[in-house]
Amino acid sequence: MEVVRLVVNGDARVCGVPAHYTLLETLRYGLGLTGSKQGCDKGDCGACTVILDGRATLSCLTPVLEAEGRDVRTVEGLANGTEPHPLQDEFDLHGAAQCGFCTPGILCSAAALLERDPRPSREDIREALAGNLCRCTGYEKIYDAVEAAAARCRA
Amino acid sequence: MSRAQAQPGGASNEAAPPTFSTIGRRMRKVDGQAKASGRARYADDIQLPGMLHGKILRSPHPHAKIVSIDASAAERMDGVHAVTTGRDMPAPYGIIPWTPDEHALCVDRVRYVGDGVAAVAAVDEETANAALELVEVEYEELPAYFTPQEAIAAESGPFIHEPRKPGRNGNVTKIVHLEFGDAGAGLDKSAVVVEGDYFFEGTTHTPIEPHCAIGMAERDGRLTVWSATQVPHYLHRELARVLELDPAMVRVIQPPVGGAFGGKSEPFDLEFCVAKLAMKTGRPVKILYTREEVFYAHRGRHPFHMRYRTGADAEGMLTAVDAEIVLDGGAYASFGLVTTYYSGQLLTAPYRMPAYRFHSTRAYTNKPACGPKRGHGSVQPRFAFEVQLDRLAERLDIDPIELRRRNFIGADTRTVNDLRITSNGFLECLEAVESASGWREKHRKLPFGRGVGVAGSTYISGTNYPVYPNDMPQSGVQLQVDRSGRVAVFSGASEIGQGADSMVAYVVAEELGVPLEHVRVLAGDTDFTPVDLGAYSSRVTLMLGNACIDAAGRIKRKVREAVAEAWEAEPDEIVLAGGRATRSGDAGASMSMRDAFNLAEAKFGTLGATGSYDTPKDVHGSYRGATIGASPAYSFSAHVAEVSVDPETGFVDVRKIWIAHDCGRALNPVLVEGQMEGSAYMGFGEALMEEHVVKTAEQGRAGLHHAPSLLDYRIPTSLDTPALESLIVESVDPEGPYGAKEAGEGPLHPSIPAIANAIHDAVGVRMNALPFSPPRVWAALQERADLSGAEATNGSGETAGTVHQERSA
Repeated sequence: MEVVRLVVNGDARVCGVPAHYTLLETLRYGLGLTGSKQGCDKGDCGACTVILDGRATLSCLTPVLEAEGRDVRTVEGLANGTEPHPLQDEFDLHGAAQCGFCTPGILCSAAALLERDPRPSREDIREALAGNLCRCTGYEKIYDAVEAAAARCRA
Repeated sequence: MSRAQAQPGGASNEAAPPTFSTIGRRMRKVDGQAKASGRARYADDIQLPGMLHGKILRSPHPHAKIVSIDASAAERMDGVHAVTTGRDMPAPYGIIPWTPDEHALCVDRVRYVGDGVAAVAAVDEETANAALELVEVEYEELPAYFTPQEAIAAESGPFIHEPRKPGRNGNVTKIVHLEFGDAGAGLDKSAVVVEGDYFFEGTTHTPIEPHCAIGMAERDGRLTVWSATQVPHYLHRELARVLELDPAMVRVIQPPVGGAFGGKSEPFDLEFCVAKLAMKTGRPVKILYTREEVFYAHRGRHPFHMRYRTGADAEGMLTAVDAEIVLDGGAYASFGLVTTYYSGQLLTAPYRMPAYRFHSTRAYTNKPACGPKRGHGSVQPRFAFEVQLDRLAERLDIDPIELRRRNFIGADTRTVNDLRITSNGFLECLEAVESASGWREKHRKLPFGRGVGVAGSTYISGTNYPVYPNDMPQSGVQLQVDRSGRVAVFSGASEIGQGADSMVAYVVAEELGVPLEHVRVLAGDTDFTPVDLGAYSSRVTLMLGNACIDAAGRIKRKVREAVAEAWEAEPDEIVLAGGRATRSGDAGASMSMRDAFNLAEAKFGTLGATGSYDTPKDVHGSYRGATIGASPAYSFSAHVAEVSVDPETGFVDVRKIWIAHDCGRALNPVLVEGQMEGSAYMGFGEALMEEHVVKTAEQGRAGLHHAPSLLDYRIPTSLDTPALESLIVESVDPEGPYGAKEAGEGPLHPSIPAIANAIHDAVGVRMNALPFSPPRVWAALQERADLSGAEATNGSGETAGTVHQERSA
């Protein structure tokens, strides 16, 4: 067992987990933050994507000890208090989440994109989401939602 | 998005368009916020106190006898609480009642690499994995079959399954041979007959959520299983049967499912194992498949070997169609009996066929079992047939869209195999894609390397006959109204991302006139919700939607009567809409729905109602098998794909797919578009990228999956996926709720042949085997170049060699 200290969604957390745990396992099984998903456990699907120090990161490939002391944001931390992140609202409006299983990871990749580039082109969005597999939507509704959210973030 | 209203001749209902307050609007889903916030709890998100982790030991052999299993060392291991094997659950089962050929865990024989033989429950996943290593299984290997042709040719056993009658070949699951009209004579009198061999490679669903189940047994004998399933009712039945429990003591809960596409539409070994292990230990047990296990367990789309002969007269009117199909079924029957029928039955629209014959044979092989994937059994023949139509159009020098238009079967008609067609917006679909894609400026006019292709299709909106014979309704729902004005819906249907729960809420809100946010949907819990047969065959919107209208109608009658009494009016003057009860023609008479419900409760007692829907049972043909393919209503689709092909590498870039789909009526166009785009995307992946294959002995260990990961089994990423444009066509069907038909599976079908036909338009080669990968396309281009170098082309731009390749593929 290792005691790890993380800043998760703005909260300082202390958690005892086996040393071999990934960040994903720690979030899901140590902290009860089950929003981040496990789709493949080997970095292929992107459902586990979180924002680590501002960068979209595969939490299933990140040993938890590497995240020690760093800033972790998950889907549960995207909202601003009672206000959902514009991405979350636009995903809902556009039907960009069908089964919803890839959605937390896609939201994190998209949020990281909008933080570094408030005016992404559709091509930039495609590029930023290339590591997140969605099997339901064909991606069109997701691009629409990200574009609409980008416009709202700028407004 | 654009929407076309079907025109007379294409549609059956021409009444003045009704006005709706909810239906047809672009709306949020009832679970959209839960899914966008991370709050939705999927099966693996559930943690129960004292929960153990289970793992399944899988066969390393494609075909072997189990001589013995010794689990004693595993049972003694610290942290291990129970081990179970097939002998604990000896009752055979199968999703189709006539073919119960599998066991929860193998009893005396394994039939593919990955077949489950034992399961353990331990304190954690690591311990469970370590315990599997201690289970000693002695196998005696048997000869294995990896192609259906070898399996069919076998003259003596050991077969993969014991023949059901002595002397038969136990490797054959099902043979269907049906003929409508005289196909031979039809072909003989045709002006043109095109003949082709096609191969559709197996593919798999790959929902992003792996299968996951949790079992919990109570001391009073109750068993609860949570599972990522799309068929809680069938799971309920099979759990009771295999575990020999009273079904009234079994509860199945279906949490939100992270994608299914047909891959979760029958019971799987993990569901029986968590139940058995929970019963043995008294503790909750969870099993989550690894991604690799999903690739073995999945029941993906059958590989099809197809030979078609298609005849037409000089005007391009079809004369006859003749098909020979061999289905590679894998190790178990699964839905295979139905797949074998569907391989022929669902091809008979949207074109009129005067004569049709098909002969389909499904064989077992020692590979992961095949079952239903989105567009069950009909995506494969549709690919072959729509390429055949393109070849006919080319031979007769008719525009491929025009050829399809000429052969349109019409609305309110019967197909050659006696399927009853009601509404039919196929012509509007063709027109929509022709216009949106700029077809006339592009087809046969783009420079070499670029091209467009078209294809059409049809699909069922559920089946008229359920999977197990019974006279009960196919779908049921229960409503309960609170004094606050809130309406609860207890729905048996399965939300798998397609929007079933939202559809229920839209219909109930529309019928009772309450705001959408006042409707709560509780779904997928067999202890509390009426039976719906599941999310498969594109049945939910039509069947459950009708059941909701039925249930809401019962409450609506009481409310209107109570309000009419208060206003001294007639019940049919009372309108429930927009959150209020009003009296038509009397602007002063208005009350909130809450007040209206309270009046009704005071008059009639607590307000609640059940509703149900059953399918028409008297509309099919009289031949054996006529019930399979019979549906209340059929959807229609047409796609145009535009591609560029790099002749140097054989790489096909699909630039865009225009998707037109006749869904009857779009209850929420956002969700219909989502289904259309997701379908076209999935077809695109099958066309160009995906291959579900096992290794041969030359490639390594025979029977081992060739690409059991999301990296190696390449599903399209955002960068691979073409632009997709949805064009909704509404034909307003008399059978569907507000005229709605299916949208979830039909629009997959045309994407594959549309791409194949576009490749031909671009570079002149016919791609008859999937996927159209760069090596295959490049080889076809080389072959064509060799041919034209040697003896000039054969005039059609076809390479005979491509056909030969498929035969040996």
